[in-house]
Order: sequence, then C-alpha cells, then structure tokens
Amino acid sequence: MAAPVVSLRGVEKRFDTGVTALAPIDLEIGRGEFVSLLGPSGCGKTTLLRIIAGLSEPSEGERHLTLACADRGPAARGRIGFVFQDPTLMPWSTVLGNVLLPLRLSGRVGPAERERAAAELRAVGLAGFERAYPRQLSGGMRMRVALARALVTDPDLLLLDEPFAALDEITRMALNDDLLRLWEGRRATVVFVTHSVFESVYLSTRIAVMTARPGRIAADLAVELPQPRERSLRTASGYAAICAAVSAHLSRAMSAAEPR
Amino acid sequence: MRRRGRFWRVAAPLAVGAALLVLWQAIVHLENVPPYILPGPVAIARALWTDGPSLLVSLLVTLRITLAALAAAAILGGAIALLFSLSRVLALSLFPYAVILQVTPIVAIAPLIIIWVQQPFLALLVCAWIVAFFPIVSNTTLGLNSADRNLLALFRLYGATPAQTLRYLKLPTALPYFLAGLRISGGLALIGAVVAEFVAGTGGAETGLAFRILEAGYRLAIPRLFAALFLLSMTGIVIYLVIDFLSRLILRHWHESAVEEEEE
Repeated sequence: MAAPVVSLRGVEKRFDTGVTALAPIDLEIGRGEFVSLLGPSGCGKTTLLRIIAGLSEPSEGERHLTLACADRGPAARGRIGFVFQDPTLMPWSTVLGNVLLPLRLSGRVGPAERERAAAELRAVGLAGFERAYPRQLSGGMRMRVALARALVTDPDLLLLDEPFAALDEITRMALNDDLLRLWEGRRATVVFVTHSVFESVYLSTRIAVMTARPGRIAADLAVELPQPRERSLRTASGYAAICAAVSAHLSRAMSAAEPR
Repeated sequence: MRRRGRFWRVAAPLAVGAALLVLWQAIVHLENVPPYILPGPVAIARALWTDGPSLLVSLLVTLRITLAALAAAAILGGAIALLFSLSRVLALSLFPYAVILQVTPIVAIAPLIIIWVQQPFLALLVCAWIVAFFPIVSNTTLGLNSADRNLLALFRLYGATPAQTLRYLKLPTALPYFLAGLRISGGLALIGAVVAEFVAGTGGAETGLAFRILEAGYRLAIPRLFAALFLLSMTGIVIYLVIDFLSRLILRHWHESAVEEEEE
C-alpha cells in the first residue's frame, strides 16, 4: 500500500499559557481521501489542521507528509492548498491577482499562469469577475475566490478550515456541491474541518470525531455512501441514518470529555 | 439625495464664512476700530490686491521649503519605518529618539540648526523636516506591522521570501497608513517651514512669507499681515486637498476610506 499522504504520530499541542489543545493524536490519511475533522468549537480542530499544514509545530510527536514532491523546500511550494474560515483575500488586488498569488510566489507570472488562474476562476463559477475587487463580491463569491486560489497550484493536499461556516445555508450547500465536483475532478486529498454533522457526512469518505479540549480522536468512521455524491442524497434515508450515527458518536465524545 | 448632500457640504460652510465676514466688517466699521488694531475684511482684501504679487513671490519661497521638507519626510520617514519593521532591535532602540525629536519644540532648536547648517535653504529644510517626519514614521511602521495573520501564514505556506512578503503583502497593507501620515505631515511641513523662517529671519536674499508677516508686524502694516496669513492658510488647505485627492485616487478601488458610496 502507498504511503499515507498525512501521517501523525503522537501529536500533542500545548500552548505557552499552559492550555493543552491536543492530546496525543495518531492519524493517517491516504491519497484521495476526503476526511472531515468533526468536533465542537474549541476542540483543537484548527490547531490540528495548522499542524498538518506545517503552520504550527507540534509540542510532541511527529508529523510527516508524503506529497508528490518533497514536503520541504521550494519544490513543495503549492503542494498544499489552505482555505481559512474567512476568505482572507488581499483587498488591494483584483480577483485574478488574488488567485495568481500562489503562482506569483513560486516564480514569474506570464500568460500561461494568467490563463491557469482564469481557468480556475471558471471552475469555481466566477468567469467574468477577474477584474473585480474583493469588496465588490458577496461572501460566497469571496469564498469561491479563496477556493480557486487554493486549487490553482493543483495541490496534492487541500486543507479547509470551516470554510463555509460564516455563509448562509443556501450558499453553503451550493459551495459544498462545487467542492465535491472539484475534488472528484482531481482526486486531491482533502482534510475538512467542520462542526456540522450534515456537512461532514455529505462531503467525506471518512469522519474523525474529536472530543472537546484537549482534543482527541474519539471515533474514526468510514462514510459508506455512493460516489459521486448526488444532491438527492440529502433526503435519502441512508444519509439520515449515518448522520444520526455520527451525531451519537459526537455527543458521546463530548460527554466523555472533562466538563468545561 | 446624494447630490443635495454634496451641495450642502459646500454651501453651509460658505454661508457661515460669508456671515462672519459681514459681521466682522460691520463691527470694525461701526466701532471705528483702527486698522492697526484690527483691519476689516475689505482692508485686508485691498492689501491682498496691492501687495499680492510681492507676497506671492515670498509664498513661493516658503512653498519650496515646505514641499522639499514634505518630500524628504515621505522618503526618509518611509525608509525609517521600513528599517523599523525589518529589525525589531532597531525599532526598539531608535523609536524613543524619533519621539524625542518629535516632542522637542522646534522653536527652541531652530537657532542651533541654523548655526550648524550653513546653507540657509538646507537649514530651513531640516527644521521643517523635523516637524513633519514623525507622523509618517509612526503610521507607516504601524501599517507594516498590520498585515493580516492568515495572509502571512499563507505566504509562509507558499514559501514566500521576505522580499516577496514585503512587496506583495506588507507594503500594500501599509499604504493607507502611510497616506494618512502624509496628510498630517503636509500641514506640519508648512508650519515647520514658517516657524523656521521666523527664527532664521531673512536667511538670505529671498524672503519667505513668514518673514513678511514679521516685517508687516514691525511696520504696523496689519492689513498686509492678515493678507499674508490668509495666503498661508490657503496654502495649507490646498496642500491638504491635494494629498487627500491623491490618496483617494490611489486607494479608490479597495480601501474603505476612499471607496465611493454605492449607488442605490
């Protein structure tokens, strides 16, 4: 079997304030998986995601990534895509300029790069908005720009930190479908942080349920639903049953944790 | 609705100004106040008309010092801020001295500077610069350190070099801060130039507007003094408006301060 894309062994995180954010965590994520990290607010999901990205160092334990290129150095540039809770766009730059950023940081920007960024914008449904500025877009459209920016380098590993949490339900469902379509077209490995049971079941092939702080992985569940996911799934009985099961795991994980 | 708002924004202050001028002239006229105590607006306008050309020549002298000081404040102030943002040690050790320079009354040290710096134009320039540079340094330093944390993380994730982070993230973030500093410094450069001229006296063959004010005071040519003051305030207002216009032009696409209200 091929080496897992993400391999965490005994990863712990303590902050200087003495707060333990993550209890020892072991997690392996294989190529092409769509894994949701599901848990209550403040359980360390974001911290875990930042450790996977290499934006934060674990206090204990090891993190290892196996990407198409080496996971350090310039060759690794753009092998990881990251989407934050907020769109985190540069307000002074056009939509196209924002999507071009990862390419610009790893070399010169020519017509080929511009075309690639424009193609990515078309893929997220923003054709024609290249020259708009972020402030002229709605929240959902800004998030699409952030998604296009994360995808423009064609990353092996896409990390998303509750990207749709601040959006309204309708926009959120549309973006969920778009994200699935984009993922199915590329088969990148995805780690998706969320606190929504329905979202995690709808999107993922696997769900890691986390406890409240200090975060541990309480349950590691495979989602046995047909691929590719269809919209009709949202009303299917199998979907509801899995949601109920995951909810049960989640409430067990929360009651097992120390009282807050 | 919007057009009417714009009309009143211009008309209301103008109406107040006109009313005050009429009141001023009426008091001077009815109370028979002698012009060397308080000249009326009409006398001042007359002085502006007769002495205008020679006052304008003096204004150009002052304006040259002001603009040179402002340019030096923008360039050196920006450079100092950049150094401060690159090195925390440098910022910690030098910032207090920038503050000391800022709080020292320029009137007190201007005579020294005029003795030390032989060239009169340069001496006045240094005085005006000392008054004007601080807002740019402090604002730009703040701006350079205000980059969005998540964007910084993103730059790290993509392996950006420090130069790339500066160029694509920190400098654009700092631009509105720099421009806000420039707006304050514009007025301060003029004040600095005038104060320095007051202390330096003639300072050479050319005389600036500040010296003309002093001279008019000595000769009790009070209407001319007021006319020179009027020119000075107008210059300050024009400098402010030009910088304000430029900063709106530069930031019009993205910064909240410069974006036009949405048409409903």
